[in-house]
Amino acid sequence: MNFLPLWRYQNQLIDGAIVTLELTVISALAGLVIGIAGAVALKGRVTPLRWLVRGYIELFRNTPSLIQIFIVFFVLPSFGLKLPAFEAAAVALSLYFGAYSVEIIRAGLDSIPRSQVEAGQCLGLSGWQVFRHIILPPALRNAYPAVTSQFVLLLLGTSLASQVAADELFHVAGFIESRTYRSFEVYAVICAVYFAMAMSFKALFAIIGLAAFRWPRRR
Amino acid sequence: MRSFSLIDFVSLFAALRWTVALVALALAFGAPLALGLAMGRISRFASLRWAMAACIQVIQSVPLLGLLFFFYFGMPVFLGIQVPALVAVTVAYTLYTAAFLGEIWRGGLEAVKQAQWEAGACLGLSAWQQFRHIIAPQALRLSLPPTVGFLVQLIKGTSLASILGFVELARAGQVVSAATFQPLLTYALVAAIYFALCLPLTLWSRSLEARLDGSR
Repeated sequence: MNFLPLWRYQNQLIDGAIVTLELTVISALAGLVIGIAGAVALKGRVTPLRWLVRGYIELFRNTPSLIQIFIVFFVLPSFGLKLPAFEAAAVALSLYFGAYSVEIIRAGLDSIPRSQVEAGQCLGLSGWQVFRHIILPPALRNAYPAVTSQFVLLLLGTSLASQVAADELFHVAGFIESRTYRSFEVYAVICAVYFAMAMSFKALFAIIGLAAFRWPRRR
Repeated sequence: MRSFSLIDFVSLFAALRWTVALVALALAFGAPLALGLAMGRISRFASLRWAMAACIQVIQSVPLLGLLFFFYFGMPVFLGIQVPALVAVTVAYTLYTAAFLGEIWRGGLEAVKQAQWEAGACLGLSAWQQFRHIIAPQALRLSLPPTVGFLVQLIKGTSLASILGFVELARAGQVVSAATFQPLLTYALVAAIYFALCLPLTLWSRSLEARLDGSR
C-alpha cells in the first residue's frame, strides 16, 4: 500500500471534485425547478398535463439513471441534438432529480391539512397570503429532509457521468489509475473524497435546517 | 453493421437473468447483514450502536460505483489474490443493500413503541422472544413499503455492473447498440424492460403504504 504516487495528481483530483460539485448543483437547481413546476401541474386542473407529469415521474423513477444518461448522450444526437458529455449528464441527472423532486414537493404540499387552509380563509387571508403564510412554511419544513437526502444521492450519482467521459471526479480516478496502476489506493482515495463531500453537505444541511426551521416542532 | 433482429431481442432478455441473479445475491447476503445492522443500531450497548451507525453512514456516503470499483479493481491488488468478478461484485452489492435495508429496518423497529417491549417483558418473555414475537412482526409491516421501494433502487443499481463488463441487461444493451448502430431502439427497449420490472414493485410499494395508512 503506497499512497505517495497519487500525491502529484492532487490538482486533477481537485478539478474533478469541482466538476462533480458543478454537476450536482446545476442538476439539483434544474431538478428543483422541474419539481416545483411538476408539483404545480399535479395540483392543477388540466387533466392531460397531470397525466403527462405522472408519466414523466414513473418513467424516470423506474429506469436506471445510467441508461438515462446513455439515452441523452447516445440517442439524442440521432435527433440532431448533440450534447457534450457534461451537458448530457447534466440534462439526464436534472430530469432524474426532477422526477423525485416532484413527488417530494407534492408530498410536502399535501401534508398540510385542509382545515388549516380553511382556517386561514376564515381569517380573511387572500389566496396568496394563505399559500405564503400557512402552506409554504410547514410544507418546506416537511419536504426539506427528503430534498436534502435526495441531493446527497444526486452527488453520489454524478459518478455515473464518468461513463460518458465527463471530466468529473470518478473519471479522474480512472485516469489516475491508468497512469499509476494503483487501483486500491486510487479508489480508496476517491471513495474518501466522495465521503468527505457527502458528510460536509449533510452537516451543512443539518445546520441550515436547524436555523431555518426553528419554530416549535411537532411532537 | 447489421439490422436489429430477433437474436438481439433474445440476447437482451437472456442478459436479464444476470440482472435478476445480482439482485438475488445482493438480497441473499445483504438482508441477513441488514438485520444484524438494524439490531445493532437499537442495541443496549452504546459502542455497538455507534459502530453500526458509522458503518451505515460510510457506505451510504460513497457512490455505489465507487464500492464496485473498489472491490473489483482495488481489493484483489491489495490482497494480492485473484478474486472472481462475481465475488467482488456480490460483496459490493451486499454492503450497499445491507446499509440501506439496515437503516430502513431500524426505522421500522424504532417505530414500534417502547411500551410494546415492556409489555412483553411483563408477560415474562425473554428479550429474544419479545423481539421475535412482538416487535419484529409489527416492524415488518411498517418497513415493508420502503423495503420494496429499495428493491427498485437495487434493480436499477445492478445496471452499474455493466461498467465492470458484467453482461447483464444494461451491458447487453451496449453490445447490441454497438453491433446494430441502433442506439434509439436498443436503449428504448432496455429502458422499457427495466421499467416493466420496476413499475409493478413501485405500485406494490405504494399500495402497501396506503393500506398501512388506513389501518393506523
